[in-house]
Amino acid sequence: MTSLLDRKKKRVDDLAESAGTSLAADAFRRMARNPVAVTGAVIVLAFVLLSIFAPWLAPKDPFLRYPELLENLRADSIPGPQPGFLLGSDEFGRDFFSRLLVASQQSLVVGVVATLFGGAIGMLIGGLAGALGGWVDTLLMRLTDILLSVPSLLLAISIAALASRGSQTTVIIAVAVVSVPIFARLLRGSMLAQRHSDHVLAATALGVKRRTIVFRHMLPNSLGPVIVQATLTLATSIIEAASLSFLGLGDPDPNRAEWGLMLSKSQSYIDVKFELALYPALAIIVVALGFTLLGESLREALDPKNRR
Amino acid sequence: MLRFTIRRLLQAIPTLFVLSVLVFAWLRSLPGGPATALLGDKATPESIASLEKIMGLDQPLYLQYFNFLGRMLSGDMGNSIISADPVLEEIGRALPATIELSVVALLIAVLLGIPLGYLSASYRGRFFDNATIMGTLAGVAVPVFFLGIVLKYVFAQELGLLPPSSRQDADIDATRVTGFATLDGMLTGEWDATGNALWHLVLPAIALSSIPLAVIVRITRASVLDVLNEDFIRTANAKGLQATVVRTRHVLRNALLPVSTTVGLQTGLLLGGAVLTEKVFVWGGLGSLLSEGIQRRDYPRLQALILLAAGVYVLVNLLVDISYAIIDPRVRTS
Repeated sequence: MTSLLDRKKKRVDDLAESAGTSLAADAFRRMARNPVAVTGAVIVLAFVLLSIFAPWLAPKDPFLRYPELLENLRADSIPGPQPGFLLGSDEFGRDFFSRLLVASQQSLVVGVVATLFGGAIGMLIGGLAGALGGWVDTLLMRLTDILLSVPSLLLAISIAALASRGSQTTVIIAVAVVSVPIFARLLRGSMLAQRHSDHVLAATALGVKRRTIVFRHMLPNSLGPVIVQATLTLATSIIEAASLSFLGLGDPDPNRAEWGLMLSKSQSYIDVKFELALYPALAIIVVALGFTLLGESLREALDPKNRR
Repeated sequence: MLRFTIRRLLQAIPTLFVLSVLVFAWLRSLPGGPATALLGDKATPESIASLEKIMGLDQPLYLQYFNFLGRMLSGDMGNSIISADPVLEEIGRALPATIELSVVALLIAVLLGIPLGYLSASYRGRFFDNATIMGTLAGVAVPVFFLGIVLKYVFAQELGLLPPSSRQDADIDATRVTGFATLDGMLTGEWDATGNALWHLVLPAIALSSIPLAVIVRITRASVLDVLNEDFIRTANAKGLQATVVRTRHVLRNALLPVSTTVGLQTGLLLGGAVLTEKVFVWGGLGSLLSEGIQRRDYPRLQALILLAAGVYVLVNLLVDISYAIIDPRVRTS
């Protein structure tokens, strides 16, 4: 039973605590108390650890066709779970469970590389536009607007379709380009908003060089929304890559293990073994959800309006 | 109002212009050039050279662009490699199927999304609200095509309740008037055809509506919460207006403004989602044209579809902007 005095004391303590801390530390503390954020963080952490250690965790060789599975593999039946093979066989008599584990690696690579690539180019464009202003800003923003005017999946399709044969590289490039205009607009927007803010005006009045203002004052303050967007983009990148694979723009190599590819290839065996579609899809959904939860709660936590 | 409309129309022109340059450049950035890509496996140096001459690819680039632009404007988008038909004819045949599917999906998303978002905001922080938010987050995380696959597997293959693919049963001999399967039945009085077409629409429309639904719920919820904090709501409540009047005349009316813009932005998502959904349900619309075109690298067809999609997207957003200005006079002057 807490007395009124205790509660009052706690409120004052909380206030004092938040007054002396940076926004980042404050945001981190708020996230640690938010169950949604913790759920997202746990999923993302588990996914990253899983994809790093997948080769050692996989009980079988994911690329080998096992005779004991091949023995029972028919056009109308794919072996289910059995001793040594947790989820049974895939369509080629390989260990489905091991392939699922190893596939996490490729999905992480696609998501991370595409996001880094798209984020870097987008930030370069947005940063230039925001820092230089004037005609550079107008030109760059018009161009990104046009990229935004093509529906994202169609843009990704039209880029991926330029290669005569699908590959993981084309998928990554296509997914990355789609996120470029989003990052560009975001960074430019938050840099423009700061241009007339007090701390930038103060620095300008003190005679600080423009380059220093941009790199030391404006960029660091713009990073919050960019980090949020990057987290959310990781989720959409993985889904978009899976969609491209589904449309036949992915890597045709049957040995490659990646969730989107596994899902798209399971199409032909859906009546025979639905699990071949279900598990890779669930993996994609859980990981995408993890990144989304983390990103959304990060957005909330970094919003100064929510600071008390 | 007229001046606003004209200004917005003029603003769309440079966008469409640069878009045409990009699509022009797109085809020319194919490895080996468009002629090699068109000929595919049959390409020999001689055949490439002669096709490049026929296509005018030996001319200077700016002339090529103006020829391209002239052909686009006169409605000549070339012939499909797969069917050898003019691409625009193909698109015209497939268009009603996609429009029908997208409209029904959007209707589901709007009719379900706005009430859900409103209720979610009214019960803020309670179980219903949290459940709805989790649902919308999950809705965005589920790939559209996987939702389609699951719906098809469960309701068509396992339970046999709904048809797994196509727009109408093959044994229904419907008269074609407009190309819209549901509309044709009504026009000709073949009600069984309309019913059958609607029956076929259920699964693909639900799959396609998932993402717009999630987005609309979230925007409605956020927008209603914003309006609820406004001074005029407090005033309305304070002066003793009935709760229902405040809810409909004050809250909902103002909250729906941002929602209407979002609905316009959904057309892009719908077009993308339609490609995936149509492939799952063998729908035979633009999405099917596109995925078939990707498999066979039918570049004239892809070029026309991309230009069309972008054009529609620009146009819809233009219409949304204009309708927004009609609803909210403050927009016109800004």
